[in-house]
Amino acid sequence: MSLRRVLIANRGEIAARIAHTCSRLGIETVLAASEADRDSLPARLVTRTLCIGPAQAAASYLNPALMVQAALGSGCDAVHPGYGFLSERAGFARLCEEYDLIFIGPTPAQLEATGDKLRARALAAEAGVPVAPGGAATSREAAHELARRIGFPLLIKAVGGGGGRGMRLVGQWSELDAALELAAAEAGAAFSDARVYLERFVTRARHVEVQILGDGAGKVVQLGERDCSVQRRYQKLIEETPAPGLPDSLRAQIHAAALRLADRLQYRGAGTVEFLVDAASREFHFLEVNARIQVEHPVTEQVSGVDIVAAQLAVAGGEGLGALPVRNAGCAIECRVNAEDPARDFAPSPGVIGQAHWPRGDGIRVDTHIESGARVPPFYDSLLGKIVAHGPDRASALARLRAAVADTRIVGVSTNLPLHAAVLADAEFAAGGVDTGYLGRFLARVPAPGANDGALRHG
Amino acid sequence: MSLTARDIAEITRLLEESTFDELELELNGMKIHLRRSGAQGSATQTQAAQTGAAKDPAAAAPPSRAPAAAAKVAAASVPAASPDSLIEVRAPLLGTFYRAPKPGAPPFVEVGAQVEPDSIVGIIEVMKLMNTVRAGTRGVVREIRARDGVLVEYGETLLLVDPREPR
Repeated sequence: MSLRRVLIANRGEIAARIAHTCSRLGIETVLAASEADRDSLPARLVTRTLCIGPAQAAASYLNPALMVQAALGSGCDAVHPGYGFLSERAGFARLCEEYDLIFIGPTPAQLEATGDKLRARALAAEAGVPVAPGGAATSREAAHELARRIGFPLLIKAVGGGGGRGMRLVGQWSELDAALELAAAEAGAAFSDARVYLERFVTRARHVEVQILGDGAGKVVQLGERDCSVQRRYQKLIEETPAPGLPDSLRAQIHAAALRLADRLQYRGAGTVEFLVDAASREFHFLEVNARIQVEHPVTEQVSGVDIVAAQLAVAGGEGLGALPVRNAGCAIECRVNAEDPARDFAPSPGVIGQAHWPRGDGIRVDTHIESGARVPPFYDSLLGKIVAHGPDRASALARLRAAVADTRIVGVSTNLPLHAAVLADAEFAAGGVDTGYLGRFLARVPAPGANDGALRHG
Repeated sequence: MSLTARDIAEITRLLEESTFDELELELNGMKIHLRRSGAQGSATQTQAAQTGAAKDPAAAAPPSRAPAAAAKVAAASVPAASPDSLIEVRAPLLGTFYRAPKPGAPPFVEVGAQVEPDSIVGIIEVMKLMNTVRAGTRGVVREIRARDGVLVEYGETLLLVDPREPR
């Protein structure tokens, strides 16, 4: 039973991305758009657009009942949640099931298991996946006992957090009690779940994650890793595959660990298992599972040749994974182009795009919903698009990406393009294998790229 | 793309052969509404849609489309004046529109009914939750656009009310 009509319960570039693959496969699409997005590019790529509510996400993209109503009222048989918004809400997945709508993603039980970061950590350990020293801070005494074992610096993390949200770095004993209290209060406010846990902090770490696919019936595959170490305040900016300079044996161990966890979960759909790799000791440990398609999935698609959205649709439609034609060809690097102002500490920069010129060329792929005249509403994330360069090796992919970024022009809002140009030109990034602290050090060395554009490009 | 008389005849034939009673088609500023009405056969109604340009993706370039579309739904749930001085009562949320409190019951309002701002004109159901829709304005109902039991979008025009004093 393959899918006939899919509700796209998302916006922006991922809505456009989903619409493209559906259209290629002859699947009809209904876009659930807020008032702010009803004239966006995705609305022109779909069979039908439904305005589901006002611009504020809480009254539109984050409202499960509206999404299900829109899907039922427009005759959809499945719902693609994209990333963010409702994509990892077990309650939403369950609501879809109750109304005989196929949720294109993991099962509600899997979303519950991966959404609770402590449970995911326990499952990883059970599957033989290395986890960092740590555990639940159920009481002050338990936290102290753990802290003695882990040592400092350590991280306090929210059980309901993830994706870099709800984390607090503690440098020494004297800070611990106050930090625990604050972290619990923040977690309670942000995630309606005040539980926190502790983990050892790795001072110099690389972020390496593995793309997994599962058919929900026991078959799981991995499509290789991505290195997402170029981050600013835990937000990824540049991603690439393969992870540069990773020893092959370590790479194989990380792939195997991800597969063991996917297998243990009997994972359904597309997901990512995230790891931290200690740059010095080369030990790795489990971070979390992202139970959805990710922003950075295109680098994996370019190198593996697998259309991950198509794989999601096939699993959801009951066709399973089949024989995926997985290849491992070359290297791909992606830049996330955001509407943010480098001169104002990268604050979001909404507005109207006067002119958008995206690059083209050999090995260049652009995933975007932005064209000349598009609006960037202030209500959502600031992602304008992703520029992906693919080449037979890292040097050629990097050269193509540099040229592509230089060829991109976005007029009307401030963007982080100058920062990308500066990082891609940096010798340390070009050498490969930077850690997650790299971008912070780079910005300290080369302050606010874009604020002083001309000087920077040569710096 | 525009519709020729032959296209319309073809569409009418398709409807007649189908199991459907009604067909609504809107493209490039044209709006066609076909309704099967028992022994009388099909009635065809074609009109230029006022909102056609804003709704049709290919009709206008993006920069000019934004304001047009914004104006169209700017006052969702708050009645908005339409060009011919009729007031549009819009859907305050997406859901299934019902004209009557329960199946078989008389509708809340019919064309010609006098409404006050707090008069109930319909119900919008979202996942079994019934939301009452009020006129929000005083006047006489001139047209009921939304059909019973059909999904309406946020901001969609449900009915038109004439605010002028009857004489």
